[in-house]
Amino acid sequence: MTAAGKAAWRDLAGGLKLWRLVWALGWLDIRLRYRGSVLGPLWLTLSTAVMVAALGGLYAGLFRLQAADYVPHLAVSLVLWNSVAGQVTESCSVFVQQEPVIRSMRMPFWVHAGRVLLRNLLVLAHNALVLVPVFLLFGIFPGVQALLVLPAMALWVVDGFLLALALGAICARFRDISPIVSSVAQLAFFVTPVIWKPELIGARAALLALNPFHALLEIMRAPLLGEPAGVAVWASALAYSFFLVAGSWALFVRARPRLAYWV
Amino acid sequence: MTMADRKRAARVTVENVSLRFPLYHAGARSLKKLALAAATRRLGRDSGSRVVVEALKEISIGIASGERIGLIGGNGAGKTSLLRAIAGIYEPASGVVKTCGSLNVLLDPNLGMNPDLTGRENIFLRGLYHGLSRPALRRLEDDVASFAELAEFLDLPLRIYSAGMSVRLGFALATAIQPQILLMDEWFLAGDAAFLEKAHTRLEDLVRGVEILVLATHQEPVVRKWCTRVILLDQGRVRADGPPGDVLDEYFLRSR
Repeated sequence: MTAAGKAAWRDLAGGLKLWRLVWALGWLDIRLRYRGSVLGPLWLTLSTAVMVAALGGLYAGLFRLQAADYVPHLAVSLVLWNSVAGQVTESCSVFVQQEPVIRSMRMPFWVHAGRVLLRNLLVLAHNALVLVPVFLLFGIFPGVQALLVLPAMALWVVDGFLLALALGAICARFRDISPIVSSVAQLAFFVTPVIWKPELIGARAALLALNPFHALLEIMRAPLLGEPAGVAVWASALAYSFFLVAGSWALFVRARPRLAYWV
Repeated sequence: MTMADRKRAARVTVENVSLRFPLYHAGARSLKKLALAAATRRLGRDSGSRVVVEALKEISIGIASGERIGLIGGNGAGKTSLLRAIAGIYEPASGVVKTCGSLNVLLDPNLGMNPDLTGRENIFLRGLYHGLSRPALRRLEDDVASFAELAEFLDLPLRIYSAGMSVRLGFALATAIQPQILLMDEWFLAGDAAFLEKAHTRLEDLVRGVEILVLATHQEPVVRKWCTRVILLDQGRVRADGPPGDVLDEYFLRSR
């Protein structure tokens, strides 16, 4: 392993040792965002709930789908997509936002990435509460299938973490990237089956294999709705993740020594 | 800090270190750097014909346990850059920095202070930044709270503190953790008057307890009182390195 690679691993080991700091910072971000509000982070839950109710009524009509079929799909998709989009866009500011800390103390860069990841996981946990009434209302009980959420979640955590490192580093160096990332995330929302279902586009659904967001979303969504995700979807999610992780890691190894100069 | 760290004598070795700052972002911050660099003639160009500022040029310094170093030099001489390089914040473009022993660097008095958090929460957070254990966090809290004399303000958010209270808290926090190698910028030498005497004692205790001190400062009396060795930096190079008497005389003679 090269010297730069070893230094990046040391960064990881140092960051893991500070897990209590990462935990405190993640919670702190949530608390500060909602300081002084009565509902606190439950505002997130509420706004997602309103969105599910409004879009569910509207699009079930537009697409001529049964509410019992469409609304649970929409609720799960929206909750998951909010988390994906949040992680992607917030990854851009991982290091830039922490400039004062980066320039005044020696601190593993993983701490900053871990903080953003944890913050988004906490938001996801709050949003997920929306699913409880939806599932009760439409009588969905995913059963043992739901256990497949766990490996999917693990893959999300690894992907999200490395994405934060890589995008954080690129955006620190090139400040134009972060608006590009936001537009790509918005575009991805429309071309990924979040508010629509893959069946609706007929034969063109095969093209979805080219969309990495689709596979990564599907491995979480399918078990939550009590359907098997399928081997093909998992294989494609793993393949995309492999490229993401390998690419991000290579980028981080190269960027790490220069990060303090860039922020 | 582990026991193994404690037993070994602290040491700092800087070999042939050069720091170059490529100027990427033509914002206000970069323009300031550019102007400063032009004034001190440190501008250059790298292979990609980008403008680079050379903050440090081929610096070699060895510091042994027990030494108290005063870093002097004009604005933009590279004092803070050298502190950052020793601290491992800036990895040098060429050359090697090796440090042995626990290290703490005090550059920014408000580092990590969050105005929306209470004093107690800020203390706790700072402790976590240093990776302290639960009992050590408790001790840190007691120590800082008693020194900063915040009383009931400890549980109120920082935003309502008076300037004096913030300074006391920042100072108490920064000086609460005792490393083997302490790197300091001179900000802490200023403070409100009533608090100064007490702050001085605390700072002296801290400095006495560390094995290596590197202090970047403009203040001659401080250097004469504390330092056993003075390094004069000029445009990123070491111009003089020796006992305080000799180097200071040379520096103040020239700057007059």
